[in-house]
Amino acid sequence: MTTEIKLPEGAPDEVVTNALVRDVDLSAFGYKGSLALITLDNGLDHTRPNTFGPQSLTALNEAITDAIGRSPAAIAITGKPFIFAAGADLSAVAFTTERAQIRAFGKLGHDVFRRLDECGIPTFAFINGLALGGGLEVGLHCNYRTLASTAFTGLPEVFLGLLPGWGGTTILPKLIGPERAIQVIMLNALNNNTMMKAKDALSLGVVDAVYEPADFLERSVSFAAKILSGETKIERKDYSNDSAWDAALATGKTAALKKYGGAEIESPMRALELIAAARTNTRGAGFDAEGQALADLTMADPLRASLYAFNLIQKKRKKVEGAPKAALARKVGKVGVVGAGLMASQLALLLLRNLKCPIVMTDIDQERADKGVAWVKNELAKLVEKKRMSEESANRLSLLVSGSADQNSFAGCDFIIEAIFEELSLKQELFKKLESIISPECVLATNTSSLSVERMSEGLKNPERVIGFHFFNPVAVMPLLEVARTSKTDDATTATAVSVGKELKKTMIICKDAPGFVVNRLLTRFMGEVTDAVDEGTSPEIADNAMRSIGFPMSPFELLDLVGPGVALHVSQTLHENLGPRYRISPTMQAMVAGKVRNFYIKGADGKFSANPEALALIKEGNTASTAEQVRDRALKALAIEARMMLDEGVVSTAAEIDLCMLMGSGWPMHLGGILPYLDREGISDAVCGQRFHAPGIASLP
Amino acid sequence: MSRTVVLVDAVRTPFGKAGSMYSGTRADDLMVRAMRGLLERNPKVAPSAIEDVAIAAATQTGDQGMNLGRSVSLLAGLPNTVPGYSVDRWCAGALTAMTSLAGAIAIGSIDIAIAGGVEHMGNHPIGDGIDPNPRFLAEKIVEQDALAMGATAERLHDRFPHLTKERADRYAYNSQMKTAAAYAAGKIQRDLIPTAARIPEMGWGIASVDEPPRPTTTMEGLATLKTPFRPAGRVTPGNSSGLNDGATAALLASEDKAKELGLTIKAKLVSYAFAGVEPEVMGYGPVPATIKALAKAGLTIADIGAFEVNEAFAVQVIAFLDHFGIADDDVRVNPYGGAIAVGHPLASSGIRLALNLARAFEEHPEVRYGLTTMCIGLGMGGSVIWENPHFSGGSK
Repeated sequence: MTTEIKLPEGAPDEVVTNALVRDVDLSAFGYKGSLALITLDNGLDHTRPNTFGPQSLTALNEAITDAIGRSPAAIAITGKPFIFAAGADLSAVAFTTERAQIRAFGKLGHDVFRRLDECGIPTFAFINGLALGGGLEVGLHCNYRTLASTAFTGLPEVFLGLLPGWGGTTILPKLIGPERAIQVIMLNALNNNTMMKAKDALSLGVVDAVYEPADFLERSVSFAAKILSGETKIERKDYSNDSAWDAALATGKTAALKKYGGAEIESPMRALELIAAARTNTRGAGFDAEGQALADLTMADPLRASLYAFNLIQKKRKKVEGAPKAALARKVGKVGVVGAGLMASQLALLLLRNLKCPIVMTDIDQERADKGVAWVKNELAKLVEKKRMSEESANRLSLLVSGSADQNSFAGCDFIIEAIFEELSLKQELFKKLESIISPECVLATNTSSLSVERMSEGLKNPERVIGFHFFNPVAVMPLLEVARTSKTDDATTATAVSVGKELKKTMIICKDAPGFVVNRLLTRFMGEVTDAVDEGTSPEIADNAMRSIGFPMSPFELLDLVGPGVALHVSQTLHENLGPRYRISPTMQAMVAGKVRNFYIKGADGKFSANPEALALIKEGNTASTAEQVRDRALKALAIEARMMLDEGVVSTAAEIDLCMLMGSGWPMHLGGILPYLDREGISDAVCGQRFHAPGIASLP
Repeated sequence: MSRTVVLVDAVRTPFGKAGSMYSGTRADDLMVRAMRGLLERNPKVAPSAIEDVAIAAATQTGDQGMNLGRSVSLLAGLPNTVPGYSVDRWCAGALTAMTSLAGAIAIGSIDIAIAGGVEHMGNHPIGDGIDPNPRFLAEKIVEQDALAMGATAERLHDRFPHLTKERADRYAYNSQMKTAAAYAAGKIQRDLIPTAARIPEMGWGIASVDEPPRPTTTMEGLATLKTPFRPAGRVTPGNSSGLNDGATAALLASEDKAKELGLTIKAKLVSYAFAGVEPEVMGYGPVPATIKALAKAGLTIADIGAFEVNEAFAVQVIAFLDHFGIADDDVRVNPYGGAIAVGHPLASSGIRLALNLARAFEEHPEVRYGLTTMCIGLGMGGSVIWENPHFSGGSK
């Protein structure tokens, strides 16, 4: 605690978590003595969890000194109602420019927390509510832990591009062994930040006891009294000679590689190193290594981009950029879905589950409509079977969905979404027909991925009610929704669409109606450069693996397999027509579609994927081979150029919206900040556009 | 078809001074804690076997609203199959919760039930939100004094001039001393459920003892206290119960069910009665209520070997004792002290009397019958006569 920690310039003031100390007489619990109980409380309600910034750590340090000074039989830490602590206060980290400051902050945490293990008095964490990251780590430094049965806990650091560096990677493997530590630190974090339920934390050995919240503190104190009296004993195992270390570390590494498409990303790799070291090191040595690793990660662009991405996702989930006033939204009490195919049925299910209002599906004949309705009802039944929905809810929802061949059944709808064949004239005809059935206020939404929404609204009596409402597959899982306004779409329509999107719990961006909107336009351009390279004569292996080290979740051809060559070709054709020849049409892709070759990679008998010989045979090979570096260079440059064009055209108004789209629509990783921070830090934006997308310091080191 | 009803067990939270150690704790949470503590002490009773829950509060709004019988049961984690209702008879709420449930058990409609009472006088100051009908005074249905409990205590002094302030103070002093001695002997703590209580500025703590007792009380000190209810009055904060927060809970069962399940039997209910008196002297209520309860039991006051009289005001206790010719310092009366020392969270107190009586029964197997009694605002009294299951056949 020698370096003074200063709030970096521009950083928000720390919300200080106070640490209050009170004596608890243990005689009522059958033990003669007292327990010094520390309450962490930032004075705000549960929506603003306790966090640990420098002042908060200092407050805790003073509280520990105070507690020790009372010569208690035990010291315990608990939280404010519903919240234990949500970890380090990272709000200032994004502004920090000096490595020494990060080191000092990290060391302060270690120095304060480790006193709980080193003070010579038995220590307990009574984890009464949410405990994440440093919040759980402070508990790991204590000798014993109890957890409220409704509380969630976890170490999300690796998900954020950090690692549990306040003792987590050192203490947890020693406490619960390599396999379980890998589960908590690596697998849970990499699996979209899965938190542990109380029963999981108990079975993993992260906590020693779980109690119901109604008398959690009383039972926790009683547990402490029983530990002190020796009535209850908790056995700790020495895992240093456990046979599972190698396999566990390998499992962790496999998961990290898979998450980032084979790339060795620094945060999970460093976490693995620290976990491996925990097998034999001392706690002190482990803490030092954690501190170094934290400083290394924090003083590098990927973490800054991750923090930017994380904050962007959190913020935009609540507030949609450019959305009209919510008050303009019209009430949606009946919804129509045109089409009853798989996509339409998925949309119907999503709308039904979230809006819980009548949903009418139509198709060209009753049989198809019935099939769509049956699919929806069957999905509801499956949810009941998996105990993810009550029978009552399923009964309620089943009665709300109906199917018809007669589009007159759309009468009275407030919102209709079409998911019919991607053919402009069909959609234009459909909307014209619907206008004679529905009210002038009913929103007409299209799930088209690349056709012009504007042209669908042409010739309508009320073109202002037409809007693009573009989901990503699978619609129930992918969080992004692109809401595309035409030049005529009015605010009430947009507000209504945004309100429906919010009900569906989607993250939205509002974009101008432009071919491919945001995600498909960028992805198609990006993949086009790779297929072009192959068509020109680059070996598919070189082309497709050219960007592995960046950390995209899948390679371009893996993505192609997911989307399907048919859809990909259709989109590239549309974009070619509308945006120009930089969107080329790949003869290989055409051949794949014509030859009904569905996949580029196929799974072999050994479970491993390899290039599909049928696909390889269709490659129309040119004679200009590129190196991996060249492929990578042109693909990334294409992204920068296209993104800049989109901003210039006003497809979206901010670079952040493009990043949000790539994070939420195509699952691009947070350490790239979506994509534009990565293009900035690689110098690509400057090279091709003569400017960055983000000012230095926004998603990078200042 | 009448069946014997037994008190299986009773517990309470420590009592606090109003708005002090429980200032950050909800009334319903106090009641939840008492109920869970009761069930934890009686693991042979499956929560699903509880057939009714009656919870009392004198003010039934806010954190004491929402039908405490049902809402506290759900919050305490009882199965949702267990029904519950709320009771209000002001200070005799918990007493009434017990007698109502006992009636239901006696006629065989239920076998096991939980009675409870709670009052958070910090959250619900006495008289808060009441709206007395103007007819009470306009038509002289009651006098102004009837509406202020301290004034009714002064009226008792008026009615019985030989019950002097000195006697009231002496009684109050003894109550404090008896409580201090009982605490020193560990007799009160054993029925207290340690209760987590957070004060936002101080953090979490655990209440494990009563906050109100003043073991350093002296007669000289009591003599100097002001008489807030009238100039030159006799009723002081020292010879009255205070304003308090706390909750109590009791487990009742038919004797047959208790035996079948192997439950403890701490007391057997013999009879009970409620009776009215002039609202201006509400403190006299225990006298007619006890006369009635004794008559129903076929007993006389001489048969009663243990008394738990609620100490709303010292004068009201000595008026009761005086009527029955019992000395102010009779050792059979309130051996652990009473509400003047430990506090009187209005509707919760009836069960505290029962749990104290049950302890007296354990200590005195020579005693066969005991009485719990209390006065009730607007001129009532409530009395319950219990039989000692440990009675060894001695003199009485």
